[in-house]
Amino acid sequence: MALLRISSPHTQRAGHRTSWVMQMVILATLPGIAVQTWLFGWGTLINVMIASIAALLCEAAILSIRRRSVAFFLKDYSALLTAVLLGVALPPTVPWWVTVTAVSFAIIFAKQLYGGLGNNPFNPAMVGYAIVLVSFPVPMSQWLGVQSIVASGESLSFLQSLQAIFHHLPNIDGYTMATPLDGFKNKDLVDSATAFQTIEALQSASINSWLWVNMAYLVGGVGLLWLRIITWHTPVAVLGALLIMAGVFHLFDMSNTATPLFHLTTGAAMFGAFFIATDPVSSCTSNRGKLIYGAGIGILIYIIRTWGGYPDGVAFAVLLMNFSAPLIDYYTQPRTYGHKKAKKGLKIGEDN
Amino acid sequence: MSAETDTSDAITENKPSANYAEIIYNGIWKNNPALVQLLGLCPMLAVTSTVVNALGLGLATLVVLVGSNIAVSLIRNYVADAVRLPAFVMIIASFTTCIELIMQAYTYELYQILGIFIPLIVTNCAILGRADAFASRNPVLPSALDGLMMGLGFGVILVALGAMRELIGQGTLFADMQLLFGDIAINWKWVVFDDYPNVLFVVLPPGAFIGLGLLIAFKNYLDEREKKRLAIQKAKDGPSESKRVRVTGQVS
Repeated sequence: MALLRISSPHTQRAGHRTSWVMQMVILATLPGIAVQTWLFGWGTLINVMIASIAALLCEAAILSIRRRSVAFFLKDYSALLTAVLLGVALPPTVPWWVTVTAVSFAIIFAKQLYGGLGNNPFNPAMVGYAIVLVSFPVPMSQWLGVQSIVASGESLSFLQSLQAIFHHLPNIDGYTMATPLDGFKNKDLVDSATAFQTIEALQSASINSWLWVNMAYLVGGVGLLWLRIITWHTPVAVLGALLIMAGVFHLFDMSNTATPLFHLTTGAAMFGAFFIATDPVSSCTSNRGKLIYGAGIGILIYIIRTWGGYPDGVAFAVLLMNFSAPLIDYYTQPRTYGHKKAKKGLKIGEDN
Repeated sequence: MSAETDTSDAITENKPSANYAEIIYNGIWKNNPALVQLLGLCPMLAVTSTVVNALGLGLATLVVLVGSNIAVSLIRNYVADAVRLPAFVMIIASFTTCIELIMQAYTYELYQILGIFIPLIVTNCAILGRADAFASRNPVLPSALDGLMMGLGFGVILVALGAMRELIGQGTLFADMQLLFGDIAINWKWVVFDDYPNVLFVVLPPGAFIGLGLLIAFKNYLDEREKKRLAIQKAKDGPSESKRVRVTGQVS
């Protein structure tokens, strides 16, 4: 199978350098970061800070080992973007070494060992996230709850967040609770109507907090669309496929599944659709390819959430579709101007 | 994993009087079964979660490799070419069964931990590969040495990978060595990091892939550096002193 030579999408508009694109994506996460800070305390901001420092240090170290220009590659903001995406994806009170492990693995193994920006087959942020999710299940499942529900009735102050991240805050259990997806996953044999009434994580305050987070990332994502940094294809395909999967299975089995709205507005649905799946390096390049790629992610998210071992599946879904992105690209090559038919795959007996 | 071995390699080793130093160098470094031939990956990735597991499997493979090489070398002139491989596999299977029974008798817990991977030594291509490529063409003594060195090369990498994964995964080294060495080893466990959170990713087989990749990269780095050093050395020595180029006769 020959390698495709489709030029990078981010260079299609003249004058927009990589660093500008990366900066804008970082800025677009700001609404999400703000809402997460408002709901869950300062942890997210501290995580982003730790992740940024670790990412820049790792990137600089590896670049100097590889004898590349350190300043030039640090200034493209790609390492910083990976750090920001990881910082907001990790739970707010996760110990600092989890953040550092995730970021250093993302930068060193998922990005630089493959040859740096533009050569990584997998989304670095999601590789880092998946590694710590598999390695440290306990700290990775401790999300903070919203003030009105958790036992202590308040969110963590700045100092408490720092304590939680750097030492072990003894009463941290008073602030944590399951996320709605976690709660729904562990509802056991209860049908969903009862689950939504009885399980704490599925109360409207908890669900609404996640709705807010997702709406904030939707706003940021629409901003990216407006700036034409991403096209509508991937996010629409991700969310559409998730909507259809959730809708169809909800129609068939009302009592045991959650509504499509629940699936679209909890967990990392919006964040994944707009910020993770649209990574120009590891996703598909043609528009039709993006639709297939996004739909695959949406379907996999629903499958992992419903029948998999983890409450949310965005990271694994994105990584699995990263695998297939080159294949999808190969079969969705667009028609070249002046040619009648797009060249799709190899014909039998034709060897070129 | 296929049992194919490099044919050119086999031809060079086909000389009647094998060079012992070369056999040692081939087994440990240049043609290392784990780092260069990448044979026997399945047990290697699956059981190297701790030093003791890796050492147990490495020793078992070593014994089978030496035994099968000696046996194959002994019968090499009496086996028809057509039934060569089945005969070799039978020999390897017998040795594996012996090892399995010995481990069951003396290191029962380790035998249970290693589980299916002891019987699976039969399918380790490194062993059949050596039997076919080396032992079936060489006398007993070089064959035995080749088996020993190949087994050592495999075992050293197994233990190195096991140590890496145990250290990063659990923060300890040499835990549970009593399973292999009896009661004197009960205090050998060395807790390198206190209060260490287990890194499950490294303990699980995917971590072994990355660990092995790093080891291979390190070996290639050392080889590359050695090559560069030799090239510099050669450049420094300059061209050979003879100024006239000989174009006829035997060029040495």
